[in-house]
Amino acid sequence: MEKLLLSLIVFLPIFGVAIILFLPAARLQLIRATATITCALVLALSVYLVYIFDPHAANTGTALGGFNKATLIELPWIKSFHIYYRLGIDGLAVSLVFLTALLSFLACFIAFPIKLQVKAFFVLYLLLVTGMMGVFMSLDFFLFYVFWEVMLLPMYFLIGIWGGERRAYAAIKFFIYTLLGSVLILVVILAYYFKMSALGLNEYAFNIPELIMRRPFDEHPTVGWLQIVLFFCLFIGFAIKIPVFPFHTWLPDAHVEAPTAISVILAGVLLKMGGYGILRINYPLLPEVASLSWVMYFMALLGVINIIYGAFCALGQTDFKRLVAYSSVSHMGYALLGIAVLSNEGVNGAVFQMFAHGISSAMMFMIVGVLYERAHHRDLNRFGGIARQMPNYFALAVVAFFSSLGLPALIGFIGEILVFLGVYRYSAELTGIALIGLLLTASYILLTMQRVYLGDPKEAHNSYRDCTVWEYCALVPLALSSIVFGCFPGLLLDLVKNSSAAFVKLFS
Amino acid sequence: MNFERMITELGFTTTAPVGLHSYLVVAAILFSMGLASCLLRKNAIGILIGIELMLNAAVLNFMAFWRFSGGVGGGAGPMAAIVLMVMAAGEAAIALAIFLNLFYNFTSVDVEQASNLEG
Amino acid sequence: MLPLLESMTVLQLAITIFASPLIAFAILSLSHHKVPRHGDWLAITALFVSFICSAEIFLRSFASDNPVMLNLSYSWLPLSAKHSLSGGILIDHLTAIMLVVVTLVSFLAHLFSVGYLHDDIRYGRYYCSLLLFTTSMLGLVLANNLLYLFISWELVGLSSYLLIGHWYEKKSASNAAIKAFITTRVGDVGMFLGLLVLYDQIGSLQYADVFAAVHFSADLATWQTVAGLGLFFGAMGKSAQFPLHVWLPDAMEAPTPVSALIHAATMVAAGVYLCARMLPIFDAQTLLVIAYIGAFTAVFAATIAIVQVDIKKVLAYSTVSQLGYMIMALGVGGYTSSIFHLTTHAFFKAGLFLSAGAVIYAAHHEQSILKFGGLYKKIPITATCYLLCTLALIGFPGFSGFWSKDAIIADVLHYNLVGSGHYFLGFAALVTVFLTAFYMCRQYFLTFFGQPKDEHLHSHAKDPNWTMTLPLIILSVLAVFFAGGGHWFPEYAPKKSGFEQVLQMTASEANTLELSHTPTAGKHQNSAAHSSEHGQIIDAHKLAMMLSTGLAFLGILVAYLFYYQNSKGQTRFSAQKVAERFPFLYRLLVNKYYLDELYHFLFVRSLHACAQECQEFDRKVIDGFVNLWAKLTMMATALVEACDRIVVDYYLVLGLARSVTRAGNRASALQTGKIKAYFVFSMCSVLALIIVLFFIV
Repeated sequence: MEKLLLSLIVFLPIFGVAIILFLPAARLQLIRATATITCALVLALSVYLVYIFDPHAANTGTALGGFNKATLIELPWIKSFHIYYRLGIDGLAVSLVFLTALLSFLACFIAFPIKLQVKAFFVLYLLLVTGMMGVFMSLDFFLFYVFWEVMLLPMYFLIGIWGGERRAYAAIKFFIYTLLGSVLILVVILAYYFKMSALGLNEYAFNIPELIMRRPFDEHPTVGWLQIVLFFCLFIGFAIKIPVFPFHTWLPDAHVEAPTAISVILAGVLLKMGGYGILRINYPLLPEVASLSWVMYFMALLGVINIIYGAFCALGQTDFKRLVAYSSVSHMGYALLGIAVLSNEGVNGAVFQMFAHGISSAMMFMIVGVLYERAHHRDLNRFGGIARQMPNYFALAVVAFFSSLGLPALIGFIGEILVFLGVYRYSAELTGIALIGLLLTASYILLTMQRVYLGDPKEAHNSYRDCTVWEYCALVPLALSSIVFGCFPGLLLDLVKNSSAAFVKLFS
Repeated sequence: MNFERMITELGFTTTAPVGLHSYLVVAAILFSMGLASCLLRKNAIGILIGIELMLNAAVLNFMAFWRFSGGVGGGAGPMAAIVLMVMAAGEAAIALAIFLNLFYNFTSVDVEQASNLEG
Repeated sequence: MLPLLESMTVLQLAITIFASPLIAFAILSLSHHKVPRHGDWLAITALFVSFICSAEIFLRSFASDNPVMLNLSYSWLPLSAKHSLSGGILIDHLTAIMLVVVTLVSFLAHLFSVGYLHDDIRYGRYYCSLLLFTTSMLGLVLANNLLYLFISWELVGLSSYLLIGHWYEKKSASNAAIKAFITTRVGDVGMFLGLLVLYDQIGSLQYADVFAAVHFSADLATWQTVAGLGLFFGAMGKSAQFPLHVWLPDAMEAPTPVSALIHAATMVAAGVYLCARMLPIFDAQTLLVIAYIGAFTAVFAATIAIVQVDIKKVLAYSTVSQLGYMIMALGVGGYTSSIFHLTTHAFFKAGLFLSAGAVIYAAHHEQSILKFGGLYKKIPITATCYLLCTLALIGFPGFSGFWSKDAIIADVLHYNLVGSGHYFLGFAALVTVFLTAFYMCRQYFLTFFGQPKDEHLHSHAKDPNWTMTLPLIILSVLAVFFAGGGHWFPEYAPKKSGFEQVLQMTASEANTLELSHTPTAGKHQNSAAHSSEHGQIIDAHKLAMMLSTGLAFLGILVAYLFYYQNSKGQTRFSAQKVAERFPFLYRLLVNKYYLDELYHFLFVRSLHACAQECQEFDRKVIDGFVNLWAKLTMMATALVEACDRIVVDYYLVLGLARSVTRAGNRASALQTGKIKAYFVFSMCSVLALIIVLFFIV
């Protein structure tokens, strides 16, 4: 069972796809139910995975730490090129797998109101889930790339077909941006392949743990330009996904145009892939570059710019969803900042921040979606007083907004404080600048709340019903997890801490 | 220039036994006659006869070379001759059939008139 | 009941104190609309349980010599296999005092709210927020580390935000809520920085570790100053010290019981609590900064208070001013006097606010003191309670405020007497006494005496029912007697009241936590409070009592002359004329020194402008760049497409076809259809072939 578990999680959605393909397109309920049940099964398996995952397992020589040997799987796939079907998890991956499973399950509920091409929607949606799971689990460079692309395509269609008015523009922008990233990653994959071949180590050409251990490009003690180029190729590839300033402009468009469920996945999971890629591949493969002092400073600076710039942009928005999208840019800046300083606190904080952002931004997008369902517009200046008409929705929105604000006892705080604890040790002035981000975040969050929820109730909103059952199904678990993980961060950090310690050790 | 001297210069002697040269000369004459008949005559039958002549000139050459080369290459010479003769026979049959059709279409076998293939 | 209480351990009591409002909050936030009366009874019961347990802890701590009753830590935020950030509970005398203050005032405010908000549309939600506040405030007090303190600190900010915005239909309320949250968060950022510095230097945020590290640190390190100033900045935000005080007057948009509980008695005192708790880490310069900020705030806020006309705003500025006192006292090392004043202030200011609430309730939500007048006869209970609390605030001899304020002024004067210079502090403390007496009496005279200004309002006014009067009575009794009682004019002797003795123990225990018996001010030789020169203290006390009593009476007298109306509705002097005489000063005060406008111009406007710039930059420059690329690509593709169409398709592919056709047409001339010609061609070809083969090759 353990041996199969990872593969099951990855490929169960494909079975779901197979079933849905055989269902008649008119049976909407059945299709929705099948997709939801599939995602529920994936979630159940992920929970079981977290349950059997032993964070204290000794490093298995892969220098990644905390890998669970019982679930590690390695089968030859394309023998002539030494490409393997190789899946494995550590604390970092397992937390994101759980997040992915949770969000993909909950986003199903939000996707129920979709009427157009329901069958195709859920088929693509489940494919997307497979791609995401695969990215988080694969330990083979080639396999990783395949899953990376598998995830990209359904997303393109999901935005391009079910999106808003400017969906074509957004979808193409998204696709081209991310494809550019993929190409850069591919270049690095090939570079590693040829280098390993030249060293006569064909056997390990795509084996990520081995590549991390052997460091084929290492020219200790000097750092050559080739390493730096490779490092930045990978970094840009992943930075586009995070997204890092100035590669972020696909995100507001994609978010705004995508249907709510897809925005949830986009913000909740896809952005994490950038961070995950940096933590799993970019930094460990080339630690000698990552620990160069100017690279560290540059990365940290990018993180700070993300925080401040994203927050300022969010403050200037009048479109509700665009605002939330920019808040994602700002929040992911903390993750980048935490990674950049290469300290235990920082990395733990970055992982936590990614998880937290997954929960809080997903919730924020759902909140926006619920309102859009009723108002059919997202103009902040036209809302107001909705707290009165939709009190329960307002209560959930408060949790979402304050999670995003980083209020203690909710999930957003832990990541921020850990990141700051790490960053302060590295550079006081960057900390000082980044702290302004806390104020800006508070400003745009509170001003948005005021504009949407507070004030005199408007006549036009009288017809708005409070949340439907399905919306509760999606929102309440997220609100609960925000509170639970915010009050008991140990639940997550116990999984992660050994992996991040192993990660930090690579740079010492 | 008299005829006898010309023959001598070509390597033939009137007194000598018949050699390769004589055959070749005869074949050349035959071929030339056939060619002339092809080019000059309007009648299709005449042309056909000219072709047959040229073929036979070739056959004669085959046999002559075979005979004077001391039978090198096995029976290749006679075989080629036989094949050519058979081919000539077939060709004649087909050509005659064509001429018959030509006659039906143009009521003559004058090839100058049958110019439908003009591009 | 009592035996059960006695059998509980301190830990059990602490957990009960914290858990009972928390559980009530959890239940009510999920189902307040399903329980009868929206569950106010549950909230009040929970608070009562908390209060009883707190009282028990307080009594035990009073009886015990061991200052630290409980200090329990556990791993909360694991960072690696070995290292983690801890959470934990600390109960010592300071905590015990704070627990009693918080639970008692909170309980009374809950009780008062039953009547005050009985017809409110969000009655249930109101109690949820109030419970959330109490829970987090208790967490703040119980924490044994700065991390938990910070968490609770932010949570009280949240509940303050929610409660200020309780009537969010009003734009002013939601604006005030935002202002409160952001302004305090500005302070919190400083506090956060302080936390980071401490963690960076010490690797732990436990009080005990921090104090130990500070104690053992070789000399006055810069980080200590930075950390101290950072933490104090946080305290400035929460305790509304200049220049971060601007949120507190606006926060009066909250329902009055909230103002009493959060914005007078407890939350705003959290900054004072923080400074008191962290007193050992402040070095001399930081303490001086603290003292000056406190002193300046005290005078500054008092001057604004004298021209305000909103009954709650006057009290709000008064709160700012009194908090300035406490902060100033901490700055000169007056740990005991500061906490003492915090406690007495909590009671009499809560009493004042609740009384003001009763007045507002009686006046049907009219808040301007210019519309009141002659209410004394209509609402005698309220007026009496108001009077008692006012006298306590003024520092009328014998009232609790007298003792605590005297203690502070004595500390400050002593600080001056021992030759530190810094006479501004003493001056500010004394001027504030006068101003306080003046504006409080002005308010009292205008509200309760004189002729009614609004007949309708006056005729309908009546005392509220027992749920509202009981808290008033309890608080005014405390305001009078809390200082230990029985000390009516004790011949200028600085006899310490019973309560002050407990506080002295707390002070010594702050040193215990510091793991040293060197007083905080050991590094701060000029500090008065811990100096053992007893005689000077007595001198200071005498001086303080004389001066402050005199000034208080002077204040009362001036207010009487200007605002007390005789039966004909006339005053001795006209305040109007004074205002007309100094129009600039008057406008300055009425407009609160134009600070709001200044902030709006400096921060809000520039922030929005900056946001607009960023958003434009994003849309125009970055997206413009991306779109430009896209456009260039499109142009390039158009070019390639044209090249494809014209060069490749037209010239190459079609051109080839055409030339072939043309060549075919030309060549077809050869096709004469004449068999002779064919013969000639073939013969010529054969000939050519032969020539080529034989002669050329």
